[in-house]
Amino acid sequence: MSKPIYFDNHATTPVDPRVLEAMLPYFTEHFGNAASRNHAYGWAAEDAVEKGRKQIAALIGANSKEIVFTSGATESNNLAIKGVAEMYAEKGNHIITAATEHKAVLDTCKHLEKKGCRITYLPLKGDGLIDLDMLRDAITDKTILISIMYANNEIGVIQPVKEIGKIAKERGVLFHSDAVQACGKIPVNVAEDGIDLLSITGHKLYGPKGVGALYVRRKNPRVQLTAQMDGGGHERGMRSGTLNVPGIVGLGAACEIAQREMPEESARLRALRDKLRATLEANLEEVYINGTMEHRLPNNLNMSFAYVEGESLLMGINDIAVSSGSACTSATLEPSYVLKALGLGDDLAHTSIRFGLGRFNTEAEVDYVAQKMIDVVNKLRELSPLWEMFKDGVDLSKVQWTAH
Amino acid sequence: MAYSDKVVDHYNNPRNVGSMDKARSDVGTGMVGAPECGDVMKLQIQVNAATGIIEDAKFKTFGCGSAIASSSLATEWLKGKSVDEALEIKNTDIVNELALPPVKIHCSVLAEDAIKAAINDYKTKQGAPAPAETASH
Repeated sequence: MSKPIYFDNHATTPVDPRVLEAMLPYFTEHFGNAASRNHAYGWAAEDAVEKGRKQIAALIGANSKEIVFTSGATESNNLAIKGVAEMYAEKGNHIITAATEHKAVLDTCKHLEKKGCRITYLPLKGDGLIDLDMLRDAITDKTILISIMYANNEIGVIQPVKEIGKIAKERGVLFHSDAVQACGKIPVNVAEDGIDLLSITGHKLYGPKGVGALYVRRKNPRVQLTAQMDGGGHERGMRSGTLNVPGIVGLGAACEIAQREMPEESARLRALRDKLRATLEANLEEVYINGTMEHRLPNNLNMSFAYVEGESLLMGINDIAVSSGSACTSATLEPSYVLKALGLGDDLAHTSIRFGLGRFNTEAEVDYVAQKMIDVVNKLRELSPLWEMFKDGVDLSKVQWTAH
Repeated sequence: MAYSDKVVDHYNNPRNVGSMDKARSDVGTGMVGAPECGDVMKLQIQVNAATGIIEDAKFKTFGCGSAIASSSLATEWLKGKSVDEALEIKNTDIVNELALPPVKIHCSVLAEDAIKAAINDYKTKQGAPAPAETASH
């Protein structure tokens, strides 16, 4: 077992060796520019790019002509949302999104708010799902876009994408989904789901960092975008810039592997995740699952360990790589806005740990992590005045704290 | 975030963890912080009434590694000091000793507040006029 054990696969994933192997020739012998139309170097690069486009399109049930390459999902989200806002400005200026979106969506929306757009941030139900009636009610004749993520990066909760797609279609509103956590993990199909724009990135599905894609629907309706990058008019004018050929080859290979191995891999990860959860719940009291388990990525577990602060927990499990919703682990010193949006008190948000299992994790690792968590939580609870009060039957919500 | 060796040492081997009977007249208890803020410290001192010397100190802390280390260090420093000497302990002493980075200074402030609250509680029990509680910051 190599340490630290990596259980942070929602943050990023290692490149699959098969993906790396596919990429390597495109750094050296096939180094051509895919836009060079008049020699063999260019043709080889272009062939590789078109193969990658097909592999990505196949994973999400799209046509390869509908794939626009970007530098990653942050750029894909920016291009989708700003591109629609500018292109459809005459039709309306209202965008609907949700409070638990990734910052690449939320901050893009805030940027547009300053430029005169109106943004509705839908709240979430306690289970982490959006309320479809609230979504319906939020749509006005000025609404041009709904942007709701496929699956959340912290709690792994999968939104009712198909229903959202239906509502968007009925009301003639475009639907964008940030699907970086879902693609390659669960079946995603832009036709069945009624998605018009979809963001994807390489490094969350065992591909390289620095490459991503935006699916842009070409039929029913034909979605148009205002480019956010001016230049050589690559990618049908939607995204200028010389294509990252090795990256695209890697993203394509990663998509093909993910599609082929998804049934087996998701069943295996689900079993490992469920074992981790069961072991922790059997051996520790006062642990809480954040978000519904019913609609959730197979590799995600997000748990709060009451009366134990998240950063001190991470310090105790320093041979395990996970992340915490604790304020102390974030740059802003604010606890996770995703957990707060579920209605979780700051106290539980401070005690949360996100486990993200991945392709290269083993059952032995799950056993080790579970035991280590149990030991450290017990040790820190012995140190915790809150645990002592809880055990003495004190109602902590009634204590007068000296907030600072 | 990288922790200093001293923070790691206090985290791995916290000194003087425990609780005293807070009803006792020679025990002063200070509890500061709030669960919503991510740190709560309970610090207790046991004072020899004849000499005014702190003979024992215990703590329990809910908080990050730096908060645990700050309160653990505080209990070490308190033992053997007179109550008045203990009031001289400043949060900056804790920052320097543990090499706390700027984002962790509030942990040391909390430890100083806990010391003052514990002494305040002890003095109140001894019948001395106590200053108003000013632990909030």
